[in-house]
Amino acid sequence: MTEKFKRPSGRALTEMRPISAKVGVVPNADGSAMFAFGNTIAIAAVYGPRQLHPQHMQDPAAGILRVNYDLLSFSVSERKKPGPSRRSQEISKMTEWALSPVLDLENFPNTVIDVQIYILQADAGTRTAGINAASLALAHAGIPMKNLVCSVAVGKQDAELIVDLDKEEEDYREGEGATDFPIAKIANTDQFTLIQLDGKIQPERVKEALNLANKACEQIYEVQKKALKEVIEQ
Amino acid sequence: MKKEINKAQEAFEDGSEENSKKRKMVVPGEVIVSGEDYLPGEGARREGENVVASRFGLAEEAGRVIKVIAITGAFIPRRNNAVIGRVTNITFNGWIVDIDSASSGFLPIDESPRFINKSEMDQFLAIGEVVSAKIWSVNTRGIDLTLKGKGLGKLEGGFIFRVSPNRVPRVIGREGSMINLIKEKTGCNISVGQNGWVWVKGQDVDSEIRARKAIEFVTEKVYVEGLTEKMEAWLQEN
Repeated sequence: MTEKFKRPSGRALTEMRPISAKVGVVPNADGSAMFAFGNTIAIAAVYGPRQLHPQHMQDPAAGILRVNYDLLSFSVSERKKPGPSRRSQEISKMTEWALSPVLDLENFPNTVIDVQIYILQADAGTRTAGINAASLALAHAGIPMKNLVCSVAVGKQDAELIVDLDKEEEDYREGEGATDFPIAKIANTDQFTLIQLDGKIQPERVKEALNLANKACEQIYEVQKKALKEVIEQ
Repeated sequence: MKKEINKAQEAFEDGSEENSKKRKMVVPGEVIVSGEDYLPGEGARREGENVVASRFGLAEEAGRVIKVIAITGAFIPRRNNAVIGRVTNITFNGWIVDIDSASSGFLPIDESPRFINKSEMDQFLAIGEVVSAKIWSVNTRGIDLTLKGKGLGKLEGGFIFRVSPNRVPRVIGREGSMINLIKEKTGCNISVGQNGWVWVKGQDVDSEIRARKAIEFVTEKVYVEGLTEKMEAWLQEN
């Protein structure tokens, strides 16, 4: 089975799509970045720290993070109606939770850091691309951080564990079907800040899947680091 | 050791290569140096054996202290920063000044250079007017400003524009060499705030625009060495 199993894209089981990152793509933002997994492209822009309104949301002990994730109307094959949706609100909130553990915002009381994530092209894995882009953009904006956040989706197509699913793999319906398992972690640690699971996986294989994610995140971290260091040579 | 610090500072402001091997780009969470001999300064922290960057920027060794210099991001107000702001409101005991940071600055009436009657506050500084002030304190309640000091006060005429606050040291240059050169060659009055706001006033609009273009030239070419010479050449041409 393992020998003859082929991913639709012809990739190896643990091979990610080509990843690329660029920092400083939005000139008017305080920090910005682009991150792409193959055909999935996300851009993130960071504004702030700035005064938070409405005032009742202000936290006098520390600044807060506010994320807005959205698919642009032309990013998917069927035009998406612009504006917030149930899905985009959920992903915004979940991205906030994935990023806030690395931020040190106690020096910015009563303020907000706004992160806008826009998906230019969607081919599955948009939330993970968005988290990677947002992590870069926050670093670029000079926000005090413990570390960068790396994010990747692992998953299962039929009985095979695979890394970085594309849309075709996510829609696989034969055998055990497809499982999408997006994770985010703090770089160079064993601390996960996001684990979601859409589909089915045997409990004993979760550890195996997380190990695959760890290896993929190491590669993502190197790309992120390189992108940030290149910003000086504009 | 003091000399070394000054040298490193100059190298940063001047961008010259000879000292820059001591500085390197770091990302948050990256280990800068390891060993007990070093002390974490601004933008760095200790994690066991290592000194780790807690923000993105240029790591610099100044003696035993390791600090990370910001190269991007918004203006973070600090005590004694000279800033340029715009009056947005007048309260019973002072002015609220927008200084392009997370919280606006407060300029108390007692911190104005001369006595001002509370009923005549808008005659001294009206809403929308531009002022050069110094940050006197930064606390959880806000930012307090003062006008007591050399070169501070209301800025009349001319215009203001923004540059990245991280580029301000380069616009000013070593001991003000760059800004003095631009002032001299364009004949304009220029004031640069640490928050990245620049105020320009000259004899005519043409010289003001020339000064603005010169400053924007400097901010675009931040990581070029020998910038003052390049600026002189640019001013010859334009």
